[in-house]
Amino acid sequence: MEETLKIVVLVKHVPDAQFDRHITGPGNTTDRDESILSELDEYALEAALQLAEERGGPKAGNEVIALSMGPAGAVNAVKKSLQIGASSGVHLSDDALAGSDAAATSLALAAAIRHISADGRPVDLVLTGMASTDGETSLIPSQLAERLSFPQVTFASSLEVRGGQVSARRDAGAFSETIEAQLPAVVSVTDQINEPRYPNFKGILAAKKKKIASLSLADIGVDASQVGLAGSWTVVESAEARPPRTAGTIITDDGDAGIKLVDFFAAQKLL
Amino acid sequence: MANALVFIDNPGAALKKSSLELLTIARSLGETAVAFTGELHDDVAATLGAYGVTTVYQPSVNDLENYLVGPKAAYLASAVAASGATAVLVDNSPEGKEIAGRLGIKLNAGVITDVVGVEADGTAHKSVLAGSYNTTAKATTAVTVLSVKANNVEPAPANAPVTTATATVEVPAEALANSARIAARAEKPVSGRPDLSEARIVVAGGRGVDGDFGPLEELADALGAAVGASRAATDAGWIGHDAQVGQTGVTVSPQLYISAGISGAIQQKAGMQTSKVIVAINKDAESPVFEIADYGIIGDLFKVLPQATAEIKKRKG
Repeated sequence: MEETLKIVVLVKHVPDAQFDRHITGPGNTTDRDESILSELDEYALEAALQLAEERGGPKAGNEVIALSMGPAGAVNAVKKSLQIGASSGVHLSDDALAGSDAAATSLALAAAIRHISADGRPVDLVLTGMASTDGETSLIPSQLAERLSFPQVTFASSLEVRGGQVSARRDAGAFSETIEAQLPAVVSVTDQINEPRYPNFKGILAAKKKKIASLSLADIGVDASQVGLAGSWTVVESAEARPPRTAGTIITDDGDAGIKLVDFFAAQKLL
Repeated sequence: MANALVFIDNPGAALKKSSLELLTIARSLGETAVAFTGELHDDVAATLGAYGVTTVYQPSVNDLENYLVGPKAAYLASAVAASGATAVLVDNSPEGKEIAGRLGIKLNAGVITDVVGVEADGTAHKSVLAGSYNTTAKATTAVTVLSVKANNVEPAPANAPVTTATATVEVPAEALANSARIAARAEKPVSGRPDLSEARIVVAGGRGVDGDFGPLEELADALGAAVGASRAATDAGWIGHDAQVGQTGVTVSPQLYISAGISGAIQQKAGMQTSKVIVAINKDAESPVFEIADYGIIGDLFKVLPQATAEIKKRKG
């Protein structure tokens, strides 16, 4: 049997991309009505569940903890994760966190992970998606790794843990690479790594009995001045809705559309 | 004292176009230095001089490419200190953004990713929420770290070349100790076509190509374009996942995006709707892609694309 693991999965409550999304308010932040668990985080959760199951699941002492930072509604991302199969949840919420950029967010999340490590055994692995589907900076995994002094493995399209070491495949650039790092580590996974499961009826019932710890900034030893707009190192100065693209010329092929297309390229000076 | 520092990671025998773009933007911010890794070829050194680079920094260790991100960020932090630069520019690749992220924490510096333009005072322009908003953002810190998307400026050398000095900066030993390392690396097959994220023209196919990318590849080669795909096409295994354009793949904003047999679901749109000109070819007149296309053809891509390819070849003689 492989070593048991304590895994934290970062889950984010994000505006549903199926609807129009808006930027509002003095800090130019994203409107969070109609939010869901970020689709890309489901792959991280699935990867965590598979690692735990290979090792005998929660009965053998493996933990998969879903951690979300955000206002009251963000607890729904944690609840959904519990329904899918996470063993417990942590919701970090504090009014002072509103408007945090990636640097401030990574500071708060690092403190929350240290808090989780102090409760029982230390965290072995932090798993994340490849990006959030709202801010999409992809900064959190690397900034969190830097703050925790953990090695980072990002854009993993496969993942194994053996003998205290992470081994992952990454196909992000011009090379296909095998990456190795010692635990504890931060690993972000792509949407190629697995096929996330859906919550089933049993999972939904079981989730009601699982614990969600609510943490404030005071609980994790972070001062309000270190986070939110005050603790952020970047400001969004303006946000302007881009005029929607409008449809141009639409033709039906009468046998010479390919030639008309080249005429269009020539008129646009694209040849 | 340099104003701007550009990170150029192991370019080989020639600088990529995206690096030349970074150098062009950096020069608009003031005196420019480069933090370089890998072997510095003579031609590359000459290009750096032509682009007005006053100093090239190189790391004290020569196997940085075997490590992931952390040690490169540590090296870059040393180079920022040595150069005195207040703006650091990296490319917007996944690794570029990660280096930017770690560097930001090391230097207490604000990081702005996916930048499409930089003003002289460091204000960055970007496009967010799948291209539905244009924002301006600024770091409030002494140093600003920017990852800049390709294809937003024309590379331009300086009015007169300069003599470039070289200097070595230390990479702290502890940076290498606790890092992920690359245990094996295999080069992927090279297509000979331009890189998808940097290409001036992209020809992309979806479900409608039904497993045959041949007509798209032939048009791409006639136009000097890259080939992309929707998630439906990559999931079907018709083309590699590297080719995927969309929210979970590559985001492109070329001069021309040709969409063939793609319905244009929101995930796909997210990856391409900031393209300058969009052309769509689809059999289904109801496809959402026609709502955002500058030029749409309701027709069979297997007839339209080969006809266009033949016509381009004819006109180019």
